[in-house]
Parts: sequence; structure tokens; C-alpha cells
Amino acid sequence: MSQFELDAKRLLCPLPVIRTQDKIKTLNIGDILVVTCTDPGVMQDIPAWSRINGHQVLKTESGEYEFVITIEVGE
Amino acid sequence: MSKQIKAVSLISGGLDSMLATKAIMEQGVHVEGINFFTGFCVEGHTHAIRKKDKDKPKRNNSLWVAETLGIKLHIIDIIEEYKDVLINPKHGYGANMNPCLDCKVFMVKKAKQWMEENDFDFIITGEVMGQRPMSQRRETMPIISAESGADDRLVRPLCAQSLPATLPEREGWIHRDQLFDFSGRGRKPQMALANEYGFTDYSQPAGGCCFLTDESYSKKLVDLWKARGEKEYDLDDVMLLKVGRHIRPRPNFKIIVAREDGEARFMQGYKKTYINMNCASHRGPLALIEGDASAEDLHLAAQIVARYGQGRDAELVDIAVRDIAGNESIMQVKPFGVNEMPKDWFI
Ligand code: SF4
Repeated sequence: MSQFELDAKRLLCPLPVIRTQDKIKTLNIGDILVVTCTDPGVMQDIPAWSRINGHQVLKTESGEYEFVITIEVGE
Repeated sequence: MSKQIKAVSLISGGLDSMLATKAIMEQGVHVEGINFFTGFCVEGHTHAIRKKDKDKPKRNNSLWVAETLGIKLHIIDIIEEYKDVLINPKHGYGANMNPCLDCKVFMVKKAKQWMEENDFDFIITGEVMGQRPMSQRRETMPIISAESGADDRLVRPLCAQSLPATLPEREGWIHRDQLFDFSGRGRKPQMALANEYGFTDYSQPAGGCCFLTDESYSKKLVDLWKARGEKEYDLDDVMLLKVGRHIRPRPNFKIIVAREDGEARFMQGYKKTYINMNCASHRGPLALIEGDASAEDLHLAAQIVARYGQGRDAELVDIAVRDIAGNESIMQVKPFGVNEMPKDWFI
């Protein structure tokens, strides 16, 4: 199990979701991906995408300008 | 045990593709969704940018549809490849800059490629005959099947009964009598079917889900191409055409003036790419200058920007002008009067 970071700042939805999806394709089950974004829309879209595709959102953090989502890669 | 039949469905986020997908799932087929992001999708972006939309839920409709149906959704970035579709549409444009028929062919072709790579059996779309003047007509249905290469592996469950039987029907993977014969622009049959399936909270976007069908957006795109002397664009262009007032006082440059705080915040991200200005002596919006502007042009731009600030009635106002390196200078200008700006400056 390894941890990876993804910078999706300045991208507007659905691009952060697409980048997350494409990154996760290269990871293994159990890996952790931490995605940092600036579009607040990701707080809905990335968890929804993760639920649909069998990945688990471990944590969401919202700052004033940044939103960080931690995902565990599922099957 | 017989092989599990699998279909990939083009999910737009609207009701028709949702119903079409469900109709096939009901027949025991394993379905996964695919959604293409051209850059021009209304979804997401504008909600994120414009403050006035902040109260509406910011859900992404295609994700919502997939979750409601309980299927996987693959979102594919086609921004680059889509340029050729938009710039050189073989079948031309619709009422605005929407190359719907070429767009449909392209998306089905991409879906076919995905189907083959992932060992799926056929493709589903939510097309309804006669629903859209350009892309959803009796004559266009075979064009899409043939030009995409999907041929008889393309199933339109909502109007399948009015079309020749497809391979999945002939093979008995799906039953024709459980498909539909919807046609025309009316929405009643779709709403009745939604009711039957128990879908209530579905999206019915009034203005469509694509900026290319929008008259004002299309005008700005045409203006951009004309000013550049070539049909070219990148993602930043696509995004900036969605925000602000666009004013072109001279052929060589235009001004994008933020209309509200949400747009101004979004435009802040472009300060390192474009010369930008705002009123320093009064409250006023941020503006970006696109193109090659001379010192005289910048003076004119400053007068325009001043007109949108609270100093619009003042004799003189200070406008802060920044180059892309962030060097700032102050320009004193007389704001334009409300009627001093010719109508044809507004794109
Ligand atoms: S409305 Fe836009 S996305 Fe839909 S078919 Fe036409 S060009 Fe393509």
C-alpha cells in the first residue's frame, strides 16, 4: 500500500474527477490517493464518483480556498 | 453458463439516456456508463463560477444518473480530439455553433472503441427520433450508426421499435417488444416511463447541456476565431467565453469584464496570462484584456472598465493596469458614458 498525491487545483468539475479517475487507474487496490482541488464542486462529485466506482473516501477537508479528499482505491 | 452480455451507455445526465439505460438493464444486461467531456458542457463549470447559481445543488447530473441506476460511470476527456469535430464538421452546424450530427457520430465512435477495448457487446444511446432538429431525425439515425462504425451494435431503446432490428435484438440478447417507439419532441412518454421506473428527481435542463447550442456563447466563439484569423481555441478560451461581458472596441483586442464576484474570483486565475485592470479609486470589476493592445488601446479599455465601476459618474477615475508579470501602473481616465459605447462593441 502506498500513498499518492494529485494536484487538481484550478481545474473545474468535471476535470478534477477525470484526473482522479485516470490516476486511480494506475494505482493498486488499497493505495491511498490524496487529491487537492480548488473547485468546491469536487466535494460532491469526487465522493459520488468514488461510490459509483467502488472506491472509499476516507476523509474530506475544506479550507477557505482548498478542498482535500483522501481516497482508498477499491476493486 | 451463458456469457453475461455487456453494454456501454452514453450518459448525458438527462432523462432520455437514463431511461434508455434502465430499459436495457431491465433485460438482464450488465451496463456501464460513459460520459464525454468536450469542454463545452454546461455541467459543473458555470455553477462553480457564477455566484448566482450558488444556491442550486451543484451535483453533476451524469454522476447522479449513474448512482441512481447503480452503474459505473467512465468520464472521458475529449477536449483535444473534439476540436476537429467543432472546427471542421462534415455535416455543418445547427442553429448556433453546435455540430450535433458530427458530435454524435464522434461520441458513438469513441464509445465503440471503448466497447472493443473492454470486451463489451453493444452501445446504448437515449436518442429519440424527431426529438432534435439536427441530430435526431429518421435520416440521421443510420448516418450515426454507419459513420461511427457501430452499425447494428448501436441500440436506441427509446425508439428501437421504429428502427430496423439491431444485432442484440436478432441474437436474442435483448427483446424488441420490451423496447419503445417514442418519437417527436413531446416528453409525455418519457415522463410516464420515468414514473414507472420510479425516477423523480431527474434533470430537464431548459437550455440544453452544451454551450454550443447557446446563441450568445456561439457569437463569442465566432468572434474569437474571426479576431485570430483562424479557427483555433484552447481550454482557457472555452472557459473564458463562459464568463463576463465581452467587449471588442477594436479588432485587435477585447475586454472581458467580470459581472459579479464569482466571475471576478475565477478570472483572478488568469492574471498571469492576460493584461488586467480594475478601478483603484472606486469599487469596480476586474477586467482581462485579450489580444495585442497598444498603450492607446489600453487607455480606451480603461475608460470602458471605469464605466462598470462605482466611479462611472466621476470626472476622472484611477484604473490600475497590471501586465502579466504583475507590474502595476495607474492610468487616469474619464469613464465612458452609458450611451457612448457603440452597440456593436458588445459581442
Ligand atoms: S448539443 Fe453539444 S454535446 Fe449535444 S450533440 Fe450537440 S454539439 Fe454535441
